[in-house]
Amino acid sequence: MAPRRGCTRNSNPMTGEPILRVSELHAGYGRTEILHGIDLTVCTGEIVAILGSNGAGKSTLNRTISGVLRPTGGAIVFSNLSIERIPPAAIVAHGLVHVPEGRRIFPNMTVRENLDLGSYRRARARRSANLSRAFALFPRLAERQSQLAGTLSGGEQQMLAIARALMAEPTLLILDEPSLGLSPILVEQLFALIKDINAEGIAILLVEQNVVQTLELAQRAYVLENGLFVVQGNAADIRNDPRLNRAYLGM
Amino acid sequence: MPEPLLRVEKVSKHFGGVVAVDRASFAIAAGHITALIGPNGAGKTTLFSIIAGFSPPSEGRIFYAGAEITGEPPHRLARRGIARTFQIVQPFAGLTVWDNIAIGSHLLRPARADALAAAAETAQLVGLGELVRRPAASLTLSALKRLELARALAIEPRLLLLDEVLAGLNPCEIHDMVPLIRDIRDRGVTIVLIEHVMQAVMSLADEVLVLAQGRIIAAGSPQAIASHPRVIEAYLGHGAAARLHAQQQSYDR
Amino acid sequence: MSSATVIAAAVALLAAVPLLTASNVVLNFLIVTLMVALVGQGWNVLGGYGGQYSFGHSAFFGTGAFATAIMQVRYGINAWAAFCMGIAAGALLGAVIGALCFRSGLKGAYFALVTLAFAEVLRIIASVAPLTGAGVGTLIALDLRPEAFQFRSRLPFYWIMLGLVTLSLVIARLIEGARFGAWLIAVRENEDAARALGVDVTRIKLAAMIISAAIAAAGGCFYAQYFLFVDAGIAYGPWISVQALLAPIIGGAGTALGPLLGALVIKTLGELTKLVAGDAPGLDLVAFGSILIAVVAFAPRGIAGLLSASHDRLRLGSTLEPPATERADA
Repeated sequence: MAPRRGCTRNSNPMTGEPILRVSELHAGYGRTEILHGIDLTVCTGEIVAILGSNGAGKSTLNRTISGVLRPTGGAIVFSNLSIERIPPAAIVAHGLVHVPEGRRIFPNMTVRENLDLGSYRRARARRSANLSRAFALFPRLAERQSQLAGTLSGGEQQMLAIARALMAEPTLLILDEPSLGLSPILVEQLFALIKDINAEGIAILLVEQNVVQTLELAQRAYVLENGLFVVQGNAADIRNDPRLNRAYLGM
Repeated sequence: MPEPLLRVEKVSKHFGGVVAVDRASFAIAAGHITALIGPNGAGKTTLFSIIAGFSPPSEGRIFYAGAEITGEPPHRLARRGIARTFQIVQPFAGLTVWDNIAIGSHLLRPARADALAAAAETAQLVGLGELVRRPAASLTLSALKRLELARALAIEPRLLLLDEVLAGLNPCEIHDMVPLIRDIRDRGVTIVLIEHVMQAVMSLADEVLVLAQGRIIAAGSPQAIASHPRVIEAYLGHGAAARLHAQQQSYDR
Repeated sequence: MSSATVIAAAVALLAAVPLLTASNVVLNFLIVTLMVALVGQGWNVLGGYGGQYSFGHSAFFGTGAFATAIMQVRYGINAWAAFCMGIAAGALLGAVIGALCFRSGLKGAYFALVTLAFAEVLRIIASVAPLTGAGVGTLIALDLRPEAFQFRSRLPFYWIMLGLVTLSLVIARLIEGARFGAWLIAVRENEDAARALGVDVTRIKLAAMIISAAIAAAGGCFYAQYFLFVDAGIAYGPWISVQALLAPIIGGAGTALGPLLGALVIKTLGELTKLVAGDAPGLDLVAFGSILIAVVAFAPRGIAGLLSASHDRLRLGSTLEPPATERADA
């Protein structure tokens, strides 16, 4: 399996230029290093998947890219800007938004307030337009506008977390295990939604455990194990390679 | 069936104007594994909380081993033999794996030495033998799930309620957990599990209950449920249903 | 190094002090320090092991002190009997406050504030009620006989105080080793998880509160006999509530020796600040506040935590080796 680092040519006319380039990234907590030199590229308008077991370093990778965790080595370039040392709020201001694992919505605020907060740092001027767009995309959230976010079901909270991220008009959206705890039908709807969001030109970095559906959705995929990428390439190729399936994806 | 181990009779739960559970009635036979599935917000965890005593029902009654247990508090139900795990793991974070489990073992064993010995065995059973001295706060999610399981088993329950014990695990880890759950049932524990991981439901459950909007909309064998049109519409979606059907066909071949 | 050995060593060390010095200054210092350690141990049972932080432990200290004094002065009861009655009064108050708080589900900051409120209410009542001597306070008549629990020399007071502290250390150790202790710690760590494992959370908290109150009250009873004067400010004032929680937190909450270590630290620091800065009032409180911030920021498990390498906070499993089968299969 030949590793592909650059942007691949495919039928989507919007891909081509890398919007995110991660080089030789090292990160960890205290004296424990979790990521041992990660190279990753996401092109404009692409959906890239990161697969791997718990403890492989997926969350660490996301937190490092979104600025919550400072890397110990390597570089992260987003839209031609080095972001490995700037604070997370500034990264959001540039259009990179991270939807964390476990939703992390604000439970004691209403749905509407959660969404408003999404555009706090970026796209504030277009808040009402984006709000209408969010409600069109997520009719269930429109129904529950004034409800406290903590009282929503798991699936609704996931929708809210994604809608909140979209309020900031991101150019790259990082989704950390969005299908966690969702029913099969909701997962289907979620992935359809991700496809729709991507069709509007937003690049997506999708970190997931749900291997089958993720590989059907993404153009390219990386498999993370013990802080290193052990497999990378076209999603279709990985999906169809039984050796890889057994070795890394437990199928 | 012979006297069921658990009988839920027209149980409802209202929170203000919201009906979380709507006249749910079902019976669980001893020694069975029953799966409780349904869309998010359907009331599954609420139902578990009611059965385990964390939340009293607004209406209805619950019977366990022939006796009525409606409204009894959790610690009393634990002593009767009903154990539960939590959807979001709730370890005693400041303590080691061993101490976590030992607190469960203490229910039936007042002496510290006995509790610790029993806890060590329980840890072995779930595959945490090597990790007993680790602080719970340092465990991976998969180990934390096993810890939830071990703690519940430590009180030696007859009825075990597992709330999404497979959520967040990758296919390999799920593959390892499924036989463990079956093993627990084979030791004589009746299991009810809330799950979204359909492959596990199909291979583990003797019976499946489907809860949607607080109401039980279907009950039956896993195969019957997987092709039930209402269930597909409300919960599975056609993609998942087709996949499950294909999987079943490949097993049957 | 098992903690029973360490406790025995600490007690032996303290017992040796009178053999090394006849200085009243040293003895007085240690007596007061041990008294703080005792009340702190009371706080530790509820707060350290049980995780329920009380800001009003003076309620029990003061009740013990006043009860002891009033029983003798107004009802002529023998001092030693009055001492026991003071402890019982404290325990009873603990049961009442505990029942009110825990049955209502008060936790965390709300519980802390309510206990503070109780202490304050008692202080105000004591400062006006005739029973407690109102503004003047209650004076126990000088009667230097052992039968009246009064001694010419400080030495007997020292031995009694050391005996009480040793008893409180033994109680803490017994709690640690018993199922009650395991359940109390479970309540501290996660109440819902504890309930799911069969722990009657309300009952455990109540029992811990009663034990805690009794130990704190013992400190108050002793205070009355040692200083022979109690008033509302001394009995129910914040000074003892603060020291009763500072000592265990600094020394190591949830450990048997924590309150003693912490009491030694804060009292020594108090004396040092007086030496260095003279009689400027409140300077010792500045020192206490600073050391509390330092402990919470850099050593949250207190001094005992720094000395112990083990992650096993309670060391529930330290006395038992895992069975040989643990290493059998990978």
